[in-house]
Amino acid sequence: MIYRLPFFRGAELLANCDAFAPELILCAAIVLMLVLRLFASFTRVHMGYVALGSTLAALFMAVTQWTGYGQTSTPTAYQEMMQTNSLFTGLLVYDTLTVYLRIFLLAFMVMVIWLTLLTGIPDREDSADFYTLLIGSTIGMCLMASTNHLLMMFIGIEMASLPSYALAGFLKGRRRSSEAALKYVVYGGGAAGVMLYGISLLAGKFGTASLPHLAVHFATSLGQVGATGLHFDPLMILGTLFIVIGIAFKLAVVPFHFWCPDVFEGASAEVAGFLSVASKAAALALLARFALVLSGLDPNADNLPGAHWEEMRRYLIPTLAVFAIVTATFGNMAAYLQTNLKRLLAYSTIAHAGYMLMGLATVNREGTKAVLFYLVAYFLMNLGAFAIVAFLRNQTGSEDLGAFRGLVRRSPFMVVALSVCLLSLLGVPPLVGFVGKFQVFAALFDAAKGYGEKDHTLSVILYTTLVFGALNSVLSAFYYLKVMKVMILERGLEDVEGKAPTPLVMPWGDQLYAGVFSLALLGLGLYWGPLDRASAEGVERFRPEIVKAEVRPTGPPRGMTPPPGGAPTQGPGAGGGRPGGGRPGGGRPGGGGGRPGGGRPGGPGGGRPGGGPPGGGRPAPEVPENPGERPR
Amino acid sequence: MQETDLLLMSLIIFVPTFFAVGLIFFPRGKEEAMRWWALAGTALTLGLTLCAFIDFKAKTLDKVGALYASQANPAEKNWENTVKENRARTSLAYRVEEINKRAGVAEPQPADDYVSRHPWIEPFHIEYYLGADGISMALVVMTAGLSFLAMIASWNIEKMVRGYLMLFLLLETGMLGTFFALDFFLFFIFWEVMLLPMYFLIGVWGGPRREYAAIKFFLYTLLGSAFILIALLALYFTDVRDFVGGPELAAQAPKLKEARAEVARNQGGPGRGTNYVALQAAQNQVNSFFAPIHSFDLLLLAKVGHEAALIIDQRPGNMLEQTNKQLAEAKDPELKELLEARKKRLEQPLFTRGFQYTMFLLLFIGFAIKLPMVPFHTWLPDAHVEAPTPISMILAGVLLKLGGYGILRIAYPICPWAAKDLAWYIALFGVINLVYGAFAAMAQTDFKKLVAYSSVSHMGYVILGIAVWPASNNEFWAWGMNGAMFQMLAHGVSSAGMFFMVGVIYDRAHHRNLDNFRGLYEPMPVYGGMAAIIFFAALGLPGLCGFVGEFMVVLATWNFSQAFAVLAALTVVLTAGYVLWTIQRVFMGTNPAYKNFQDMNLREIACAVPLVVFCVLLGVMPMYFVFSWMEPSVTGLVDTLFQLTSVK
Repeated sequence: MIYRLPFFRGAELLANCDAFAPELILCAAIVLMLVLRLFASFTRVHMGYVALGSTLAALFMAVTQWTGYGQTSTPTAYQEMMQTNSLFTGLLVYDTLTVYLRIFLLAFMVMVIWLTLLTGIPDREDSADFYTLLIGSTIGMCLMASTNHLLMMFIGIEMASLPSYALAGFLKGRRRSSEAALKYVVYGGGAAGVMLYGISLLAGKFGTASLPHLAVHFATSLGQVGATGLHFDPLMILGTLFIVIGIAFKLAVVPFHFWCPDVFEGASAEVAGFLSVASKAAALALLARFALVLSGLDPNADNLPGAHWEEMRRYLIPTLAVFAIVTATFGNMAAYLQTNLKRLLAYSTIAHAGYMLMGLATVNREGTKAVLFYLVAYFLMNLGAFAIVAFLRNQTGSEDLGAFRGLVRRSPFMVVALSVCLLSLLGVPPLVGFVGKFQVFAALFDAAKGYGEKDHTLSVILYTTLVFGALNSVLSAFYYLKVMKVMILERGLEDVEGKAPTPLVMPWGDQLYAGVFSLALLGLGLYWGPLDRASAEGVERFRPEIVKAEVRPTGPPRGMTPPPGGAPTQGPGAGGGRPGGGRPGGGRPGGGGGRPGGGRPGGPGGGRPGGGPPGGGRPAPEVPENPGERPR
Repeated sequence: MQETDLLLMSLIIFVPTFFAVGLIFFPRGKEEAMRWWALAGTALTLGLTLCAFIDFKAKTLDKVGALYASQANPAEKNWENTVKENRARTSLAYRVEEINKRAGVAEPQPADDYVSRHPWIEPFHIEYYLGADGISMALVVMTAGLSFLAMIASWNIEKMVRGYLMLFLLLETGMLGTFFALDFFLFFIFWEVMLLPMYFLIGVWGGPRREYAAIKFFLYTLLGSAFILIALLALYFTDVRDFVGGPELAAQAPKLKEARAEVARNQGGPGRGTNYVALQAAQNQVNSFFAPIHSFDLLLLAKVGHEAALIIDQRPGNMLEQTNKQLAEAKDPELKELLEARKKRLEQPLFTRGFQYTMFLLLFIGFAIKLPMVPFHTWLPDAHVEAPTPISMILAGVLLKLGGYGILRIAYPICPWAAKDLAWYIALFGVINLVYGAFAAMAQTDFKKLVAYSSVSHMGYVILGIAVWPASNNEFWAWGMNGAMFQMLAHGVSSAGMFFMVGVIYDRAHHRNLDNFRGLYEPMPVYGGMAAIIFFAALGLPGLCGFVGEFMVVLATWNFSQAFAVLAALTVVLTAGYVLWTIQRVFMGTNPAYKNFQDMNLREIACAVPLVVFCVLLGVMPMYFVFSWMEPSVTGLVDTLFQLTSVK
């Protein structure tokens, strides 16, 4: 890689760019597509192939990042970056969660582009527009997954959303499509406004928008009785709630879900498949990061005096659990009444967002790991279902459930493949959807049991969530089976008339696509050890670096100070007091034992492993007592 | 070849799947060839099962005589003790212990012990863990046999033959796997694998109300699965560190001390640096003494449940008491620490009354839905009435037994304390099942519904036989348990036979209304004769298979509660009532409308004869055909559980 070249040694920006390479490749692809379009000779080229190629390249880069994550052999700039794992002065994080989501999103993109090439939406004429929007949205989602800063969070969400609005209305001339897009824009705009307001509240109150810094402020101010006599600060709660609402909108959490069924019904099945998985995955990753950072998931967090991390969890867990229960239950109940297959699947995605929120409601690593696992299962089963609906639409010309009556006699293979996807969504073993649910439930149970002694209320809430999750799985059987019943048990029109049913001619590409998804669902359901390890890895090295970020605030932009030799750079939580996210407002000069200039302390304080003895040579962390006095 | 037992058991489970996949490659329109292929699949499975059964019987069970002969000292020769020892030695727990001992020395697992465990999904400690004892082997043989017969009975299925056969074979894989699985997760997977094929087999190939019946079956069973899943999670997250074996705590203490010293050595201090890599390793070493161990191993969980019962009842010599005693004597701080940790583990929720009740009820209801137990039985009549004949045979013959098997293998051993505590109520439900099922059967006019309710009634004997946990004498309970197991097998034969007989007549008359038959014996003497034998077997006529189990259960119940025994015995009269009345309505008299009915054809006879033969053989020689090899396992289970009440 480029930072390994000698003449780039120490070039911090390049190291950052290297960590950001997949997104940069995607940016280049957008530019390329827009430029190619200017030349007449390229108008005959379907831009899908360009998009596919560049996404594959980006995916390759992301995979090398995964396999090589944390290998800090020689290049110093890279090494430093890995120790604080923050990119671009702390606006983004570069940890395994980032890379996991990146690979996830890019692999998903590859499958979506393959799908669009198969189904012929968009045609060649529109392809440049379509793929520009698609890839642009993906870049936004990658940013969402790696954000470390409220501003970046907003930019990421907007960047993911704006192209989605256009994609939802991409089927020109269809009234439903335009209506869906308009609805999406209006709702999205409203949610973005609310979220921005929340961001401004938090940033205004604490003077920083960097997540790790906010986390420390939250933890220290939660336990104190404020001037209002409350245990919490209304501004803080309101700000957080608004941000959560903004994310909840992207996630289509009840009661912020109204756009979801309309948009999925109005948009083409390909776009609906894309939105249902990618935007939810990104929003979940963002919510996971937000919740985990705020509740102090740092090995050093407990050493911070005056911080009440538990307090934060006591707010977050009930909120997320209630959202999760309501979302899953409502989604499952509403889905039963639907007759349009895409609309039915839309409610099913709402229910699945509920299941995944249940995993996040534990606010710990195990739950997040379960969600990361679930996401992969969800990717396969949901995109598979939407893809097969798209294939069938191309053949039968309808997405209504009624048109699929007795389909098994016309296209048995597609019906079996769609059934496999639906059964996986329902969570029937040995398909991978069951394993995802199992992991979420296991994490819930574990967390509930863990809280059993410490906090009875939280324990009860988590157990209740588990029970609702299990009941919801039973509830969801109604509508998934309804679809299968219509396709398999009921008789088609021709059958009733006594004629032989006309078989559907499915192109081999469609069959291959459906076969790949079905086999993947089965294979991963039977042998999920490796994926389990990967998702565990995805949160294992999730390192918010809260305490260090706060204790040694950064000064001016970083120099290129080489790290002291011999400091161990690997190991759990390894890394020294390299300043974390730079605060845009400028930090306190040299406070708290940090060295001015942002260099790494070279003394015994440097390179303390996270799992090591507490307080071993580390200066006592300084905690801001009154955030209001801080220099702005 | 190493591990022939693993190979054999895996083959039995997956040969049907292989044949199901093979069906894909048949060209359209070759229905007859597909049927023969599927029949070959079930036949091969049956053949393998019989091989496994004979091998299993030879290598693990028939050792009483040899054991007796091997005792050198004639003065010590004691037949009863030898029998007892044989029971212990043939139990699954004993064989697993043998394997675990070998695991330490990395020897290959023995090839002939019919237990085999291999890691499958390591992060969650899920194993591909199969095993057989008398209980599961009996049911496996029955399953393979009934599947073969049901496949013969499936010959007249004309609609979407390929799909039918594939689902049928997948169903067989699920059933066989469930009986062999000893890992709870694996068990659950197989358990759920059965669900969907059954749904489609009823829903596509069933009668007029098939969709309603199929979804009802599916939802009931899914709800039961949700209960089982929650119990599975709760059991998995129990720390079973104290039960996996390994060195005694007293032996661990010095090693812990060593590890602690290693940590201190690497920690650094004035004048020397910290060796982080070594420090981390040492820290991990220390943690490994306290890290929780989770498991899905059913036998291990049974061990934990056993100890939980002892602790809750505060029986002398329970582990908690021992730990407290050791704690009082211990001086070594490390040993003290380890003992404290053990004490804390023994105070986990699993070792409390409330948790035991919850777990038992979750598991018991989950399995009772499948059994089915009143009031969770309402799916059964619908499913049976709508299902095609061969599927009814499987449903009544095998699927109901899975509920009983789950209770025997999972609910009782893992939560024995609650089982013992609730024994009276469970027995009560058994009696309700008996009586209610019999009365409901009497009221039916639909032939199939009558047979379905008779199944409900007969499964009452199974619940009752399992439930009679007396306080004084395990001999009676062993009768009850053996009777329940025998009843499962006998009912598997007789109910499958009854459903087949109903199917034969339905194919000719195209209705099942009992009031509209009459005089069928005249045109169909062979059919009438065979049907009579099977129906009398269901009635419980001495000399036929139904009698043995009922008799044993009623005898055992007498020593538990005389009122229940009287009710159970009186139910036999009810059963006789509806069976005889049915025979009278269907076979007696003359009916000119049905004069020209063909008697059973060769295929139907081929299917019915084995069932009839086994109805007689099991009734005449129950010892030879069943108890001689099943009894050690069942009685061994009873002995183990009974220790909970007998140890003073």
